[in-house]
Amino acid sequence: MDVKDVKKENILPVSSMPFKTATPESDAKGSGQASIGKAVKINGQIFSKEDLYIDGDVEGTVELHENRLTIGPNGRVQASVRAREVVVLGAIQGNVEASDRIDIRKEAKLVGDIKTARIVIEDGAYFKGSIDIVRQEAQKAGATAAPAHPAAAAAPKPVAAGAAVGSSPAVPVEVKR
Amino acid sequence: MLPDRFKGFFGESSGNNPGRRSSAQEEKETQLERQSRGLEQFFFNIRGVEGLSILDLGGAVQENIEFIANLGHRITTQAFLQTLDQAFGQGSITQTDPAQIEAFLAQQLSFPDQTFDGVLLWDTLQYMSPALLAATVEQLHRITRPGCYMLGFFNSDDKGLSSPNMKFRIAKTNTLHLSQRGQRNQAQPFNNRNLERLFVKFDSVKFFLTREHLREVIIRR
Repeated sequence: MDVKDVKKENILPVSSMPFKTATPESDAKGSGQASIGKAVKINGQIFSKEDLYIDGDVEGTVELHENRLTIGPNGRVQASVRAREVVVLGAIQGNVEASDRIDIRKEAKLVGDIKTARIVIEDGAYFKGSIDIVRQEAQKAGATAAPAHPAAAAAPKPVAAGAAVGSSPAVPVEVKR
Repeated sequence: MLPDRFKGFFGESSGNNPGRRSSAQEEKETQLERQSRGLEQFFFNIRGVEGLSILDLGGAVQENIEFIANLGHRITTQAFLQTLDQAFGQGSITQTDPAQIEAFLAQQLSFPDQTFDGVLLWDTLQYMSPALLAATVEQLHRITRPGCYMLGFFNSDDKGLSSPNMKFRIAKTNTLHLSQRGQRNQAQPFNNRNLERLFVKFDSVKFFLTREHLREVIIRR
């Protein structure tokens, strides 16, 4: 075996293309949802009619009534949040209302009160606050029928969890009642 | 291998085993089931009512949130021991400064008077210094409603002051799944007399002494 052969054997075939992993950020770019990068700081109100990914600092209010909000691992949100679905990988300080579900991943930090139909909290997540599980039927009824007492509609009575609540640590499991 | 005291806490079911295991297997192994008369009594006392406010000092545990929510109650969680360590460091020696205690409780139990109808204390109270413990119980009395029930677990073995710190997951009204979060030093031994004195402002204290050196305590406000 000459020197050239040895060199060839030592060269391992590698790809110049990096692996594409399914991170929330790449998901955000792929699906065309709005994204706030980690070097961005916003002070004020955010209203969105499309899914939003926040990896920067946001202070104020965030409202995405029919869409999903994802707080990336670098995201720091000091705001009251309203969305259909909220996924937290970073930190939120403020009350969160998610009409469908909230998903608090491990390493995430949430300090505030939660109102939602379903919740998943992974082991390792830090959460401080109260949780109101609101039945989805009650939400729909509240949305369609005009309330006799506006105050009653503003503060729905916590009732039994809806059809599903996830199970920790990572795989949400449907709970049949 | 599990320490002897850990085995005792889990009861006889923890004895099977060993050999070399992966971390995933160990995690699975420590998720052990335990019957709890105290838990059963706690849920018996709040049965038939919906919309109660329950405080869980064991931190956010999916199963507990799910269980309490399915009963129709509102749950508030506090990672009490985690923040205790952040505030004072591990161990009870540093938990003596009145100003620091006041600041800690103002942060952790800053709820309006008579907010809660039930409190799941789990084993959190046994790792506090007498000064911090007394102040905490005082705050618990303030934030609970008359008729509120609290469930606490205390190591009843007077010989050693080190006990396994557990994560408690509610499986059924009388069953818990336990996993160990580490070993911690208790600040003081707890017997029935100590506990009655500690909760003297409360209406009643009921004990369930198990054979695994564990005292389950139901306190009624």
